[in-house]
Amino acid sequence: MAWTNKVLRVNLTEGTLRYEPLNQEWVKDYLGQRGLGTRYLVDEVDPEVDALSPENKMIFATGPLTGTAASTSARYSVITKSPLTGAIACSNSGGFFGPELKFAGLDMVIFEGKSPTPVYLYIENDEAKLLPADDIWGKSVWEADEILHKAHHDPQLRVAAVGRAAESGCLYAAIVNDLHRAAGRSGVGTVMASKNLKAIAVRGTKGISNIKDPKRFMASTAQEKEVLAENAVTGTGLPALGTQVLMNVINEIGAMPTRNMQDVQFEGASKISGEAMLEPRESDGKPNLTTNAGCFGCTIACGRISTVDTSHFSVKDKPQYHHNSGGLEYEAAWALGSDTCVDDLDAATYVNFLCNEDGMDPITLGSTIAAAMELFEKGAITTEHTGGVELEFGSPQSLVWCAEQVVAATEFGKDLGLGSKRLCEKYGMPDLSMTVKGQEFPAYDPRGIQGMGLAYATSNRGACHLRGYTVASEVLGIPEKTDPLVSEGKAGLVIAFQDATAAVDSAGLCLFTTFAWGMDNIAPQIDSACEGDWSVERLLEVGERIWNMERDFNLKAGLTGADDNLPKRLLKDVAKTGPAKGRVSELDVMLPEYYELRGWDSTGVPTDDTRQRLSLA
Amino acid sequence: MQKSLYLDADKCTGCKQCELACSFERDGSFNPIKSSIQIFTFHEAGRFVPYTCTQCDDAWCMTACPVDAITINTATGAKEVNEATCVGCKVCTIACPFGTINYNTDTGKVTKCDLCGGDPQCVTACPTDAITYVEADATGFSRMKEWAAKTDNAQSAA
Repeated sequence: MAWTNKVLRVNLTEGTLRYEPLNQEWVKDYLGQRGLGTRYLVDEVDPEVDALSPENKMIFATGPLTGTAASTSARYSVITKSPLTGAIACSNSGGFFGPELKFAGLDMVIFEGKSPTPVYLYIENDEAKLLPADDIWGKSVWEADEILHKAHHDPQLRVAAVGRAAESGCLYAAIVNDLHRAAGRSGVGTVMASKNLKAIAVRGTKGISNIKDPKRFMASTAQEKEVLAENAVTGTGLPALGTQVLMNVINEIGAMPTRNMQDVQFEGASKISGEAMLEPRESDGKPNLTTNAGCFGCTIACGRISTVDTSHFSVKDKPQYHHNSGGLEYEAAWALGSDTCVDDLDAATYVNFLCNEDGMDPITLGSTIAAAMELFEKGAITTEHTGGVELEFGSPQSLVWCAEQVVAATEFGKDLGLGSKRLCEKYGMPDLSMTVKGQEFPAYDPRGIQGMGLAYATSNRGACHLRGYTVASEVLGIPEKTDPLVSEGKAGLVIAFQDATAAVDSAGLCLFTTFAWGMDNIAPQIDSACEGDWSVERLLEVGERIWNMERDFNLKAGLTGADDNLPKRLLKDVAKTGPAKGRVSELDVMLPEYYELRGWDSTGVPTDDTRQRLSLA
Repeated sequence: MQKSLYLDADKCTGCKQCELACSFERDGSFNPIKSSIQIFTFHEAGRFVPYTCTQCDDAWCMTACPVDAITINTATGAKEVNEATCVGCKVCTIACPFGTINYNTDTGKVTKCDLCGGDPQCVTACPTDAITYVEADATGFSRMKEWAAKTDNAQSAA
């Protein structure tokens, strides 16, 4: 059956914990993880609540395949209302923490209320307790991780924690587990810190032994691992170069957002690419990349384990960064590099380490710094605001300084901690914020990849590449090639990706498998593990239901169809170079068709027929 | 021909598929704690190292066992625990210099790698060939070949 059928509910206000069975009716319609967590949130949280109030809840959810032998079974999600967007937040992470929750016998942990004092949750199989966090509050994730391991005398303990960014109210704080894997986007870490919850430390030794048909499951997962191994992206490109395999590719097709999305190609891209991470440094002859790494159960192993050049200005007097940690993946390298025009691989890697160490979303951090650089360029931010520091595109010193300000929560650092939407509003130039629903874009310019413009505009958690990655089709030809410069047909493509993605997330699998796997590779793995009949059709229906439920939450939270929009820059200013030269995003053409195909009215509200068809409350 | 497990840490990504395959084979569950092979992560060094029993010829676990519960499988060379005989005294876990024989609280017996009777599941599960099952007399040959390739006559050796 693959679920543990057990949920831990933690009331932080009262300091009470109780176990309850998983809602079996909802399992049938929402599968697990993202879907099921969202179903619980929708049932329990008024969408209009202040995201940082005790009335908001936060759900850690695993999927039925989390912790099993299926490849990429590492995933868990954190579902809550986002303080950055005011929309639903669902941030997915790998590493080893999610499976450990399963091994402790839990499908989900639901946090309610707010603790009167800083606490952390300790789980050891069937025993869970809230413990005082006095000695880890105010510490980084890395420090807290070390202290908790020592306190519990357990090297196998798995820790998810928030850092100092979350504690000081940075609106894009991440929850970091296993030192460098993160539920990164939409400020889920900010919500966690607002509840005075510093960390969750879990140790599980119960394992998973209730697979529906173990023999069929092992045969199916073994066969699908072969498919991953033989695929060019999952078998070769991702292990060798990580997601950074994309840096040069996306730059060449003219879809590399650069200089706060003023340009679509970055002249320094190759210097911060996956290939550059393999080049030996002059100083010590070592490359940036030490090795690739897998999350739990992952046979792809796209993870980057890197070092910063110890003689680099950013770390030369800071021995605490003179070792390996999680290195740059593409989105981070783009946001911290291309978008700020910084082509210094070590500076970007160091700031990425800071994101791991203190829990910040590197996409929003990099984009916000890029926005600050443009505000500085246009004279809205001056050296008076920065205490004399010049914020210049292309300056690694500016990048590093800005990131350190956010961690230290200085006056200007707190401004940067607001994210680019609030930052640009505060400094009087709101149009310079490159966001949808208040969340910053990832690394694909919608002028050069038309489908992504629609995917961004309609994403339920604001601009995001992980809700409908049409790059797969438009750039990589997966499952079939479509022209990235053409908007026709993209509404259907985006919907297909969005629904499939929601189902994959809900199983507890990694989205990266879908470079090689279609739903017909995934369904048999779920079907052999889980009670019930899990066909491709049913999974896609689950995906569509999840999408509409998230949409419904957002509409009730006060968002409207008007929020399915892109910044003027992407709709009015043409791409200046590359294959997309002269083009803008054709969102206005795609959006009405998208609404129609979704079964929503012209204002973007699901019709009664659609709601009935999907059995939405 | 007898075979041995050959563990190459440089190829390991730390994914634990071997642990899952082992625990499933031994315990019917996905549960790393029940696996006889373990992956150790050295975070700051950026290394992942698989480790398990090397099936010593002069096996101290076998020598130490007071009830002769550990015997040699003559086909595979594996030192196997006979659960019916094992009394759970754990003396073998003290005797083993490598820590690769361990007590199982569920069964009250000790457990160790038995090479799955000659078809080690960790080998099948490993996606990067960090764990291979090779001729026992030639466990070093692949590493020899890597060094051979680095010698001055590398071009002709290829």
